[in-house]
Amino acid sequence: MSLKVNTMAEATAEGIKPEVLFWVGCAGSYDARAQKVTKAFASILEKCGVSFAILGNEEQCTGDPARRAGNEFVFQMLAIQNIQTLNMYEVKNIVTACPHCFNTLKNEYPALGGHYDVVHHTTFLQSLLDSGRLTIEGGAWKGKKITYHDSCYLGRVNDVYEAPRKLLESLEVELLEMKRCKTKGLCCGAGGAQMFKEDEPGDKRINIERAEEIVGMQVETVAANCPFCLTMLSDGMKAQDKQDDVMVYDISEMILQSNIISKQ
Amino acid sequence: MGIQQVLFLLVLSVTAYLAYRHYHRVYKNIFLGKPKTINDRPSERWKNVLLVAFGQKKMFKNMIPAVFHLFIYIAFLFTQVELIEIIIDGIFGQHRIFSGVLGGWYTLLINLIEILSFLALVATFIFLYRRNLLKIPRFVKSELNGWPRLDANIILFGEILLVTGIFTMNGADGLLQKLDPGHYPDTGVLFLSNAFGEMFLTNMTQDSLMTLERAGWWLHFLVVCGFILYLPFSKHFHIFLAFPNVYFAKLRPRGEMENMPAIMNEVKNMFGLPVEAENNPDVEPNLDFGAKDIFDLSWKNILDAYSCTECGRCTAVCPANLTGKKLSPRKILMDIRDRATEVGKNIDSGDLTFFNGEKPDGTSDFYKKHYQDGKNLFDYISREEIHACTTCNACVEACPVLIDPLEPILELRRYEILSESAGPPDWVPMFTAMENGGSVWQMSDEREKWRTEI
Repeated sequence: MSLKVNTMAEATAEGIKPEVLFWVGCAGSYDARAQKVTKAFASILEKCGVSFAILGNEEQCTGDPARRAGNEFVFQMLAIQNIQTLNMYEVKNIVTACPHCFNTLKNEYPALGGHYDVVHHTTFLQSLLDSGRLTIEGGAWKGKKITYHDSCYLGRVNDVYEAPRKLLESLEVELLEMKRCKTKGLCCGAGGAQMFKEDEPGDKRINIERAEEIVGMQVETVAANCPFCLTMLSDGMKAQDKQDDVMVYDISEMILQSNIISKQ
Repeated sequence: MGIQQVLFLLVLSVTAYLAYRHYHRVYKNIFLGKPKTINDRPSERWKNVLLVAFGQKKMFKNMIPAVFHLFIYIAFLFTQVELIEIIIDGIFGQHRIFSGVLGGWYTLLINLIEILSFLALVATFIFLYRRNLLKIPRFVKSELNGWPRLDANIILFGEILLVTGIFTMNGADGLLQKLDPGHYPDTGVLFLSNAFGEMFLTNMTQDSLMTLERAGWWLHFLVVCGFILYLPFSKHFHIFLAFPNVYFAKLRPRGEMENMPAIMNEVKNMFGLPVEAENNPDVEPNLDFGAKDIFDLSWKNILDAYSCTECGRCTAVCPANLTGKKLSPRKILMDIRDRATEVGKNIDSGDLTFFNGEKPDGTSDFYKKHYQDGKNLFDYISREEIHACTTCNACVEACPVLIDPLEPILELRRYEILSESAGPPDWVPMFTAMENGGSVWQMSDEREKWRTEI
């Protein structure tokens, strides 16, 4: 498979106005696991005939972990530069596969002068599905027992619970909900810049607590929507030696694994 | 004027005077916090008051306590009618003044109050059981040791006394209506208290019944007065503060942290960008960012703290707390309240050494600049606690009265990082990578390299 992903700079040079900017984020750009999600999502966009571009090397961290760690200076420095870049390209629509980027772009950039229509990739995929641009044949996932892990920043913080579930429904999986789901979803342990530091002293790591709950569901896959959740849950499975029993996937990867009827 | 009337007026005025002093003190403590204007979207705010405060919407995520709490709450609301009657009767030396005015409605109303009081009594025993015997996890956390646990039980015992007062008074009254209809107007059939009277009070003489009726009446009134005076020292203050607290609760998106215009403008200047004047309201050139004490928190954060009834729904869902970390959102609120109370007490002591000898002008700004007692919020809240937060918002979601435990945690983090240049050392490489490379990790690859590998 070969796929050409344009940067905004390239698209602008070619006189193309992409319908959406794909905000990749640090994890999506650099983390080996999250890169797979980036590539999967880009492939789906391509297959559905969505014209998109990335900022590429002009993209910087949204500043979310710095802000939540308390470092407003670093946050403002990055946010203001990003807003300058986005405004320079007159970006209107943004889609991202990272709920933290999503939250910051959507809820925090407006106060700094960055006003965009921002959606999470699950919402974007659902709208493709609704408009008929994306057609999925269950196939690979039909009848499989899976559970879904709500990330805090997509679910509780931004009230997006339905889009990811609609996508899973379209894969014809057997979705088993955990007791702690939706508004009661348990954090994977990465938020608030915890991803980048050692845990405070305690009895257990948070991702282990969650991974144990998932293992208790007797499912073969847990669907996630966040690169940090992916890492945390995968580590949690490994810690219990369950990495071969319960697979941890982003929903876009699951969609790509099923049969997408190409519009091209 | 009878002796009872004199006594009643005396108790009533002393209670009113003391209540004014205690309530006013809490009011002043709340406004030790930073000024903050909250007046946007009033219709949404009233809707919240209606649904969340009056309607207890968020309580119903947890059915068992919600239903029993509802019994006590509705009993509390309706009993106010009886309380108003008691006050009017007490002042004017009357007996059951509403019975003549309301007629059949009075019978209905008192029956309703009695049924609700009975349900409230059942709820009270269940709550005592849940707290002291069943030991529900959120009720046995260490931050409740000592006074908070006693406080909860005192209120429940107070509730038992209140209901006892009502049934003693009404039970005796029902029998007296037959013995002395001239003095005891007919209330109609009151099912519960009449049954109570028939069961326990029938062998009593008229005199003892009259004494008992008075005893019940006074017990109820005195416990109410005690309650009013006790509330400002108790977690139970939520019965009043829940309403304003819900009204003033944050409406902007949960995921939006309060912007810091001073820093934003400095960064904009650094990049040579224009700074809008309206975004720059009276920003002082001070380098104290975030919060180290209650003066740096907004008054709403302190109102949150006084509105907290220590139910622990936040702590029960906190992922850090669930996995044995020290952080408990409830404790953060309790600490803020206790610190505000401590500072308020010191300010009221009139000892000018708390202000370096300066004369206070009563503004929060003055106290922020001059108040010192050698302590701050970090003497109550440890670094370990604030470092354990994942900002997952589970605590925010869980609170039935829309308290936001997350904001003060993040303000403390801001102080630590921005004003002290301290914080978890693990974060330093992350900040450096972000500042220098625009990414959370220090990477040698180009950010867009992945696109060449598809």
